[in-house]
Amino acid sequence: MDWQSRIVTAIPTAMDTKPKLAVWKFASCDGCQLSLLDCEDELLAVAQQLDIAHFSEASSQVSEGPFDLSLVEGSVSTPDDLERIQKVRQQSRFLVSIGACASAGGIQALRNYADISDYISVVYASPSYISTLKTSTPISQHVKVDFELRGCPIDKHQLLHVIQTYLQGRRPQISSDSVCVDCKRNQIPCLMVSQQQACLGPITHAGCDALCPRFNRACFGCFGPKNNCNTRSLTAWLQSEQALSKPELTRLLHTFNSDSFVEPEYAEE
Amino acid sequence: MTECRKWNVEHLQTLLDVLNAQGYCIYGPQLRSDAVVYGEIDAIEQLPAGWHDQQSAGSYRMDSDGDPQLFGYALGPQSWRKYLQPPRERLWSAKTNTDTQAITVSESKPAGKKMAFLGIRACEVHAIDIQDDVFLNGTIQDNRYAARRENLFLVAVNCGHVVSTCFCTSMGEGPKVDAGFDLCLTEVYKNGEHFFAVAAASDCGRSVLQVCGSAKLSESDKRLVTKVERDARLAVEQNVQLNTEGIEQLFYNASDSEYWQELADRCLSCANCTMVCPSCFCSNTTDSGDVSGRKFERWQQWDSCFSADFSYLHGGSVRASTASRYRQWLSHKLASWQQQFGRSGCVGCGRCVSWCPVGIDLRAEVQALRLRSHNADD
Repeated sequence: MDWQSRIVTAIPTAMDTKPKLAVWKFASCDGCQLSLLDCEDELLAVAQQLDIAHFSEASSQVSEGPFDLSLVEGSVSTPDDLERIQKVRQQSRFLVSIGACASAGGIQALRNYADISDYISVVYASPSYISTLKTSTPISQHVKVDFELRGCPIDKHQLLHVIQTYLQGRRPQISSDSVCVDCKRNQIPCLMVSQQQACLGPITHAGCDALCPRFNRACFGCFGPKNNCNTRSLTAWLQSEQALSKPELTRLLHTFNSDSFVEPEYAEE
Repeated sequence: MTECRKWNVEHLQTLLDVLNAQGYCIYGPQLRSDAVVYGEIDAIEQLPAGWHDQQSAGSYRMDSDGDPQLFGYALGPQSWRKYLQPPRERLWSAKTNTDTQAITVSESKPAGKKMAFLGIRACEVHAIDIQDDVFLNGTIQDNRYAARRENLFLVAVNCGHVVSTCFCTSMGEGPKVDAGFDLCLTEVYKNGEHFFAVAAASDCGRSVLQVCGSAKLSESDKRLVTKVERDARLAVEQNVQLNTEGIEQLFYNASDSEYWQELADRCLSCANCTMVCPSCFCSNTTDSGDVSGRKFERWQQWDSCFSADFSYLHGGSVRASTASRYRQWLSHKLASWQQQFGRSGCVGCGRCVSWCPVGIDLRAEVQALRLRSHNADD
């Protein structure tokens, strides 16, 4: 169901009873769900408009589906997750994945570049108890996702905007700009140009309002690749002008969205 | 224009005091986060004394050699546009009354304070003149821009320091400010002597100059002033220029050139060039409200032709590729702007060159496009 068809289906529900909200956790740190609880000033208004039917982080009282709006946090990383995400989708009229784990596999997707059995044997005393998948993958790889909110963690204003536009049956206005656009709107001198910091801002999706650059720290890329992401050109520049080595470039790209910033072939050093 | 007079550094503080007393909010250059940026000032100690910039494609560095020059830098990343067309502003807000369900809309008006810009360069005066074409001189006036622009007091400062990205001489204005200011200064620091030549070009400027007081420039002072101005011109003229000859036709003929794709291989489509450009004027509007649906706001903010949303029409972006976005930006700025407003949209400040994270230099790109089209003609 896209946003347009939802306008037809959801408005009668909203008039009869409050739409039911569910929050689901997969492989994640819980930080994105906490963004909803962090909406301290707005939380009452959210509860007035939506029936918070399933949100284990907030209450152990959970009601049965189906749910009108599901927020899904985390990546698919265990055999159990594979089944559970299908059930979540079946019970959800509208599904929004929230955060870098749900939209790109998260930090745990670093395992996608290594042998999972090596990790398990090093980390756990009794590896036989561990049941896990070889890869950590985004929700959209398994079920249809109606909208993706990026970030590690997500931005609470964007979350509220998505909830608000959902309630009104209109399309969210989430910008597809680069982080640079927000940097410039905040009038921050470019950290790459003026301080030679290795910044992922030019290839990263906006949404954080340039949070790190505002504190004089180059962008980590936690919102993932932006539209028309030219990773090759940026890394070539960082290699030639800032003398970053290939392992340094790999490390720069492989943090929060390791599986979505596609590494180009680097020039020989 | 009245005859040039002489100011010492203390006169500059008097100028700030006089403008303050006349109700102006004064904005000027300051050093912050390793760059010269513009902010509110009321004391000359806030100016970036002794700081000089070095700029090249994708690079900006500040260093200080301890000299007392207050305007010894060329240009910072910000342009004065941020005061006349703020990066973000609320246009209106609306509220529904819980009992009566009546909707009240209130327009957000500009603060209406008088502004004075201290240290504006020739290219930046030129840029404001170009933005006037867009916001004031067309068939539709932007009332918000007009309100900010109305009482603007400009204290221009002729360039004494030039960086490699400057090419104002290609675009017909600068580095000396010829018109469009209230007061114009040339800073001289030579043989331990530090003074300003000051000229007034408006009634407002003349009256402020009279209140501040001034001295007569001696013949040797005048020679020093002329030397600063001439050296700056020579320095800009020795930089790589933007060849504007037949540029409109060059771009119109090159719309299908493969060159745009080659450029797009380097371009990040990050929008930095348009965001630092002092004459770019595009904006978008977004609506937001609270969860209860009772409060709404409409905001306007800077937008860029490098964004996917910018060319979004029914069903998708008209300019989906980076190649088409770069072509749009450069073709508009240098060519079709002339059709639209009767002159080029570029002032030669070079900000798009310095602040491009991967150092794309439009002067070099235009030259490469020329070579390409010559070869195609052969």
